[in-house]
Amino acid sequence: MTSDTSPAPASVLPVLLPFRASQPRRFAPLRLQFIHAVGFIGLALLVGGAAHAQSGADQLSALGVIWKWFPLLMSGFMFNIAISVLSMSLGTIAGLGLGLLAISLNRPLRRTAWGTTQFFRNAPWLVLLFFAMFMIPFQFTIFGTTYPLPDWVKAVIGFALPVMANVSEIVRGAVGSLPSGQWEAAESLAFSRRKTLWLIILPQCVKRMLPPWMNLYSLVTMATVQASIVGVTEMLTLTAQVHAAEGGRPDLLAPLYGFAMLCFFVYCYPIERFTLYLERRFHLHQ
Amino acid sequence: MDLVADWFRTLYETTGINLTIVYDTYDRQRFLSGLGMTVFLSVVSIVLSVVIGAVGAWAQGSPLRVVRALVNGFVVLFRNTPPLVQIFFFYFGLGHMLPRIENADGMMVPLVTNVQWAIISLSLFAGAFNVEIFRSGIEAVPRTTTEAAEALGYTRLGVYRHVLLPLALRICLPALNNNLVNLLKTTTLAYAIAVPETLYVSKQIWTDSQNVPVMMTVLLIVYTGLVGILVFLMHRWERMLSIPGYGQGAAR
Repeated sequence: MTSDTSPAPASVLPVLLPFRASQPRRFAPLRLQFIHAVGFIGLALLVGGAAHAQSGADQLSALGVIWKWFPLLMSGFMFNIAISVLSMSLGTIAGLGLGLLAISLNRPLRRTAWGTTQFFRNAPWLVLLFFAMFMIPFQFTIFGTTYPLPDWVKAVIGFALPVMANVSEIVRGAVGSLPSGQWEAAESLAFSRRKTLWLIILPQCVKRMLPPWMNLYSLVTMATVQASIVGVTEMLTLTAQVHAAEGGRPDLLAPLYGFAMLCFFVYCYPIERFTLYLERRFHLHQ
Repeated sequence: MDLVADWFRTLYETTGINLTIVYDTYDRQRFLSGLGMTVFLSVVSIVLSVVIGAVGAWAQGSPLRVVRALVNGFVVLFRNTPPLVQIFFFYFGLGHMLPRIENADGMMVPLVTNVQWAIISLSLFAGAFNVEIFRSGIEAVPRTTTEAAEALGYTRLGVYRHVLLPLALRICLPALNNNLVNLLKTTTLAYAIAVPETLYVSKQIWTDSQNVPVMMTVLLIVYTGLVGILVFLMHRWERMLSIPGYGQGAAR
């Protein structure tokens, strides 16, 4: 890769370069002090939030409330995770197929896949969730037997739709980001298009796709709380119920929602670390 | 105008498709203001989050450990917690602590309104993702390019502004595109703290007029249109910025 967009500072003599190079080091801490301050204010705000939570704890023990309802809240959280895993698996399988269609050489097929991807990517998750809840019947009948369709299954389908579209876009983006030399080299070695795709392009794409895919998974996990808006009883619903059960005290809101944040953080942060580890490992091979 | 309104009234009487937002002035006013609020929320949050992302990615490469730790802490915290819970935490938790001020009418109002809380939490949420996206773009730029720029006497900021960011931006545009689209859609979450945006006013309208399926369809079309505009602009930009010989041109 070349960068011909860089006009070098013209007036600098080569001899002066070491002095020039030392200047930014003196300059950088000054600039960073400002960002430092901004970060510090942000931290102070967060600590203030925590202090507020603690003052609530003095009055009627916010921590005690959380501890009392801990099993209930945890069962809600487990339900969130179950929803996220199911919709992610469903969405990924569908999305891989759609993504491969989106890079096909057949023009109508490609346009259709692109259109489907865009349609489901363009709708907000919440609206798709509303749609899944309202448009999918609450029971269906096959050969005379009626199967009920609980709310959470509809929620899973509602989340799987945007996942499918996003996975498709990830596949398309990864294939597009490979240097065109890979395609040309494969062609010159007489690989067919399918073999090029399976043996050369996609294996290289996996490492490009894995980090955004895992980002998507954490997005899905965090989106599952939206199911509370459409009436699935999951963690946020239970949090609101716990808040109501404890008399609706406003000072309990921050600790309770903070606890919900903590749960998701504890779950999603290791996933993020693993993503980073994978990214770093893959970069070693480049 | 009356003709159009009459036509839609007839449509309701004959087919049951009740588009009150066309023939009812009050509903139309509500819906348009909601649409305006969604656009306002999105544009402000997109600009703020991209700025947060670019500045954050630069600060992440800082030689100072404290700065790196602060940026990483911010990114880690906001990436790994649900945006809805963040909005609740900001609006209920932090909003409760801030002092109330007197407005022009002598009423006591919160220092930060719910719209401002929505903008703050949405920008921070998307900004945290943008930092990460810009970082991954920067990592994709070969180390030698940075070294070459350093050898040419660029300062750290200069390398970032003139060499790293332009290249990283081109590499991470698809991901950035994804995230900004995601941000536009996340603005629906402001619904939860009563910001009168499109979803909120639509719910008011369908509660008043009992036309849930019709309003849901309108809602989906509106958001598809809004995101379509954003995607169109981003794809144009992507094509404008594309590096020749990088990426496979044949499939497009």
